[in-house]
Amino acid sequence: MKYGVAVIGGGVVGALICRALSKYDISVALLEKANDVAMGATKANSAIVHGGFDAKTGTLKAKLNVRGTELMPEVCKQLNVPYRNNGSMVLAFSDSEAQTVKQLYQRGVDNGVPKLEIIDAERVHELEPYVSDEVKCALLSNTAGIVCPYELTIAATENAVTNGADFLRNCEVKAIRQENGAYILETTLGEIEAAFVINAAGNHSDEVSAMVGDDSVKLVSRRGDYYLLDKSFGYLADHTLFQCPNEMGKGALVTPTVDGNLLIGPSAVDQDDKDCTDTEAEGLDFVISKAFKSVPAVNLRGAITSFAGIRSHPTTDDFIIGWSEKSEHFINVAGIESPGLSAAPAIAEYVEKILLGKLECSLKESYTLSRPAPVRFRHMTKSEREALIKKNSAYGRIICRCETITEGEIIDAIKAPAGARDVDGVKRRTRAGMGRCQGGFCGSKVVEILARELGVDKNEITKFGGESKIIYERTK
Amino acid sequence: MTKREMVCVSCPIGCAITVELDDSGEVISVSGNSCKRGDAYARQECTHPERMLTSTVRVEGGNLPVVPVKSATPVPKEMLFDCMKEINKVSLKAPVHFGDVVIENILGTGVNIIATNEIY
Amino acid sequence: MLNYDLVVIGGGPAGMAAALRAHEKGVKKIIILERADSLGGILEQCIHTGFGLHYFGEELSGPEYAGRFITQVYDTDIDVKVDTMVLDISDDNVVTACNNFDGLLTIKATAVVLAMGCRERPRGALSIAGSRCSGIMTAGTAQKYVNIDGYMPGKTVVILGSGDIGLIMARRMTLEGAKVKAVCELMPYSGGLTRNIVQCLEDFGIPLRLSCTVVKTHGKDRLEGVTVANVDEHLKPIPGTEEYIPCDTLMLSVGLIPENELSKNAGVELDRITNGPSVDEYRQTVKPGVFACGNVLQVHDLVDYVTEESQIAGEGAARYIEGERADGEKVYTEGTNGVRYIVPQRINKNTDKDVKLYFRVGQVFRNVKLTVKCGDEVILSRPKKKMTPGEMENVLIKTDVIKRLPADSKITVSVEEA
Repeated sequence: MKYGVAVIGGGVVGALICRALSKYDISVALLEKANDVAMGATKANSAIVHGGFDAKTGTLKAKLNVRGTELMPEVCKQLNVPYRNNGSMVLAFSDSEAQTVKQLYQRGVDNGVPKLEIIDAERVHELEPYVSDEVKCALLSNTAGIVCPYELTIAATENAVTNGADFLRNCEVKAIRQENGAYILETTLGEIEAAFVINAAGNHSDEVSAMVGDDSVKLVSRRGDYYLLDKSFGYLADHTLFQCPNEMGKGALVTPTVDGNLLIGPSAVDQDDKDCTDTEAEGLDFVISKAFKSVPAVNLRGAITSFAGIRSHPTTDDFIIGWSEKSEHFINVAGIESPGLSAAPAIAEYVEKILLGKLECSLKESYTLSRPAPVRFRHMTKSEREALIKKNSAYGRIICRCETITEGEIIDAIKAPAGARDVDGVKRRTRAGMGRCQGGFCGSKVVEILARELGVDKNEITKFGGESKIIYERTK
Repeated sequence: MTKREMVCVSCPIGCAITVELDDSGEVISVSGNSCKRGDAYARQECTHPERMLTSTVRVEGGNLPVVPVKSATPVPKEMLFDCMKEINKVSLKAPVHFGDVVIENILGTGVNIIATNEIY
Repeated sequence: MLNYDLVVIGGGPAGMAAALRAHEKGVKKIIILERADSLGGILEQCIHTGFGLHYFGEELSGPEYAGRFITQVYDTDIDVKVDTMVLDISDDNVVTACNNFDGLLTIKATAVVLAMGCRERPRGALSIAGSRCSGIMTAGTAQKYVNIDGYMPGKTVVILGSGDIGLIMARRMTLEGAKVKAVCELMPYSGGLTRNIVQCLEDFGIPLRLSCTVVKTHGKDRLEGVTVANVDEHLKPIPGTEEYIPCDTLMLSVGLIPENELSKNAGVELDRITNGPSVDEYRQTVKPGVFACGNVLQVHDLVDYVTEESQIAGEGAARYIEGERADGEKVYTEGTNGVRYIVPQRINKNTDKDVKLYFRVGQVFRNVKLTVKCGDEVILSRPKKKMTPGEMENVLIKTDVIKRLPADSKITVSVEEA
């Protein structure tokens, strides 16, 4: 296999870069070591589009955050990904926190963040009636929003594949060597040749960079635990509610998700293992105790799941994006911690620009930047549903009853470009199994549909690839 | 003489029953029970305990790959796993009906294994 | 739009019994809507015996118990639609459903019986820390894989929760060749029947660990083990008691939740404790013409009681269809002092029948007195040798007693020292 550009890492950053490059008359491949895209930091974070007042003025983080937040609504529209401009608040619970809010406001202005306001407690309660009475004031960021990070990644990948890019799953890069001016990537799928390599390998981008002799990427793995609450608790917050960073740490946020659930978290614990996303009891306790402070009515009775994500914190405290100093045609896109999701569309734009500085190419005659909207039975009107089932009866069979997901939607998810190959892949694409019963009823049906559509035995279907088998051999 | 303690399962009260057995395993006395059913249960449990056995049997060509089965009456408790081995050897062809005898007189116990659902 | 006198949502034991009783009482146009591909509900996967001792006087397996009702339903002119999911019940009892043969169905119903059953509490509700690898499933999901699909969901198993489903699955997995390492129970007592503890665990030497829970799951792809720990009297894990148990499967049997999303959307008021609708003696909810029975109303331990309850609901629906309205004076029921809840929550004073109050206690009681009062008046008092949270209890209140109680008065059921 031979490509013009190999993008290593199918997270939100890699997928959006791949999408940006798929417009050009070059061959592009997205290499992902897992069985699906969005399997690393992308699938487990706060799902927030930040205003852009957090990062130090002048840093790449600050610039790309503000630009990314500006681009996000349009990108989500093109890709038909749910995005909501719900706005965010940084809540101050003391006079010293009120000072912090003022400083954040000033930094936001310096970073070029539009539409920032400081609002008093009364206004906070007008907008967010369930915020604690202890609140003194808040920084309101009107451009902030929420987005579904894995849906964005899936949609970007689908779009790229539609434009002719290759998505290579279960393709882990083990080593890179150079031959005749090209890179040879030694992967679990064999050798892949590429003229240019973009390293968007997330928590492993330091190792990938080292494969071309560049040791400049230094990362610390930081785990964050989260709770996800049932939709019946979604009314507790409309804006994304942050706490003031103080000497005790960053606090936890309480936010609605685009699907109407309530998300609380994260904790922040440095750990050695880059891949271990086990939740820890202490982290979960921290999250809940902090969330109570912002919204006292948060109740764990509503918890439908907990999860943890790893973000790779760069020791330089800024995104590492640019040509490697050690390898001529190699771009590092590393250390993309928060606000990485917000910045992702801007990172893709930025990387596209610097790549085109060395790579000569032109736009394809035909390409698209949009991904068709997937069928969402649950959001349809009665007459739309009627017409849909008439067209294809598979949309009349409800598989996931908590989220009202039809068999037709699950089949679409499997057949899509870079489609689902496992139960979690179906879940991220359709929400089947994401409701309050967490797949108790529909899990076995999803296994059955996957097996049928992929033409394999049920016991070959996994939860998320690898050895994550769901069932073993037949009983009889 | 030996003593055996057990909890009666005849009803939800769950009496703690003590059974005295002689050296040949015969029941000498039952105490702690509060009704006749407890006495009978304790004697049976000490001499020849029996259990209902339920499992599934493979079916070819049906709407489902297995059909549930049960022992028509209880089988000796110590034979449960041996009976399972027999049950696992059987393969039926659809259709299967309620009450179809799947194995007659399993392992000479005089008990039939019968189907407990319809497969079509 | 279709028109039916009675729409029954759910074709498990509750829905079938309600439909059959309504049919017996002369209701003409009845339809059962079932989301699975056959009638029978959860009984289809409960292949163990022990069903029907009260109702049929025999020990049947789940599919046999269901089968008897399925045959009866198909012998009548009750319409049945399987593989059909109800999406909505409107204010004026228009039921919207869909399937892949009729498309979208709208049915105007005079009366509706809610019989959707319950679901299992999933892992997320427990906040067990650790990995979210494969191999962690509810006991009911595992039961479906083994008994219906014919696949082994695991080889080495730890079960959390000693309710009957957990105990039954311990035996089931053992008989199919798996090794069940332990059954852990958070409470100091098991929620399951003694018979099941003896015949599902003791028979096979499976340890039951009381006051013990799973605190962490381990494994990268598939589960590799769990850490269990003992808990204190506040049910909090005791540091230092942790023990690692290697296993590839964790089965959860940690409670059932009535499936009332449809009911809530339809404006049916729920009881805070049962999580089921609040109903009168004919199982009519606060929404006129909407009845509820079976596990959607309250989680039962015996299907025989589900049948009994559903027949009451079916009769209530038949009376409603004939024009009877429950808009007269009422008395209310309340569980106090050890009694967690009562179903029904209210009784029509002009009722024409004796009313059984069903309830559960909050802890294990031995040698106590069960007392039913209205104000200071003791209506009934009887000794109880043993009551446990795992077993639903009932007590009968006579019609003449109900008739003479003041309107809006409260009947309380409580546990008292003998």
